[in-house]
Amino acid sequence: MLSLTARSLFWTLVLLTAAALALYFTFSTVHYRWNWESVWTYRYQFAWGWLTTMAISVVAMVLSVLVGFALMLSRRSPILPLRLFATGVVELLRGSPLLVQLLIGYYIIATALQVNDKLLVGTLLLGLFEGAYLSEIFRGAVESIGATQREAARAVGFNTVQTYRYVIIPQAVRRALPGTTGQLVSLIKDSSLLSVIAIEELVQKVRILNSSSYTALEGYLPLAAAYLIVTLPLSWYAGRLERRFAYET
Amino acid sequence: MKLETLNVVKRYGSFAALDGASFKTGDDARVVVLLGPSGGGKSTLLRVLGGLLIPDSGDVRVNDQALPHDPAGALGTLRQNGFVFQGYNLFPHLTAQQNVALPLTVVHGFTTAAAQDRAHELLTRLGLADHAHKRPAELSGGQQQRAAIARALASRPRLLLLDEPTSALDPVMTGEVLDVIRELAQDGQQIVLATHEVSFAKQVADWVVFLAEGKILESRPAIKFFADPLSSFAKDYLTAILKYR
Repeated sequence: MLSLTARSLFWTLVLLTAAALALYFTFSTVHYRWNWESVWTYRYQFAWGWLTTMAISVVAMVLSVLVGFALMLSRRSPILPLRLFATGVVELLRGSPLLVQLLIGYYIIATALQVNDKLLVGTLLLGLFEGAYLSEIFRGAVESIGATQREAARAVGFNTVQTYRYVIIPQAVRRALPGTTGQLVSLIKDSSLLSVIAIEELVQKVRILNSSSYTALEGYLPLAAAYLIVTLPLSWYAGRLERRFAYET
Repeated sequence: MKLETLNVVKRYGSFAALDGASFKTGDDARVVVLLGPSGGGKSTLLRVLGGLLIPDSGDVRVNDQALPHDPAGALGTLRQNGFVFQGYNLFPHLTAQQNVALPLTVVHGFTTAAAQDRAHELLTRLGLADHAHKRPAELSGGQQQRAAIARALASRPRLLLLDEPTSALDPVMTGEVLDVIRELAQDGQQIVLATHEVSFAKQVADWVVFLAEGKILESRPAIKFFADPLSSFAKDYLTAILKYR
């Protein structure tokens, strides 16, 4: 019997080849005439769009984790108004489409506050939106740490902050990791919606490219690849982190 | 050590776990054993005595000093004591060594090196030197409970409070843990022990508090209690629990 790694490698190759063949035959039956020269012509525009998407995503990721953590703590706070406020914010942000939040946030709220930097506003709104989801992932993880652990933490003399710092969060991080990774991958893809407030990120660049070169689909294949280049390593890295945090309970 | 409660009430919703509990031990009770049927309030009384729970009303006195009711004061009391639970409650993400050392550095102001030394010393004393770098899931129940005892002892607690420390263990492991507790008692550690191990209680207890339904039925020197329990409830309880031992 071959080792598990060898068998995994073998089956990965088989599945990849099958997928590639299936894709090839699907595309070839449609008789679409590919015009890759136009894509190549716009390569710098494409790269610039990709960099914009990455910059927005990284900043929004950091922001969303901070927002998620703050909202989670607020929802667990003993102070009633704070708890209600956080619950309201989470339900509102999670319950309405990002598209609407971007349009209202940029054209109404940001205008009223006389903020004109659409990159700033878009990144902020994206971070808030994903932060609302993350707060619920974090809350689920924190609340899954049982009452006996809290009691044990108190019994050794930890105060509330020390209990979170040394007992709850180290255990909750491990439980929150898979959900958090999924949400951060979503965040990168959701950043494409920022094109509705005319931010020239990757998707918007590809739209421009397609319309100015009279092509329909050429830009979208490299587009998918450009997202996968980041999302796959992110998932892989999260998997490694999960194994590092792994311990039996 | 003298332990005393005055009309202590502790409710969970409408259920009164302690319903006006009052008792007073002798002036130098070293090992106080809490006996009584399950659900009678032993665990709650143990937590109230150690400052882990603040009573809804009533007072707890240790050596004639009332325990504070405010959260900050209660935390201060708590930090002088050590607790051991039925389910061990070690921190699963830390090794045995880290479980013992962490509260020393975070709560008791030890340097990292001093905490590691103290943890190593205690784990060795409890026969866990070879298991210091294992996580709880890699230890047997008896080893986990001994590590939990090490954690509770690390800060040299005034009172060591043990809540049914052997109820989750098989007879062999129960023996391991009871040996440790007996040695501690012989070395002069002040102990409050809630248990169903009546024969063990007979060996180590100076004082017995018998409680049922949140009320204290008897509080007497151990020798007198075991020779002749006053309440028929305690008599029946002892008969029932010793039937198959």
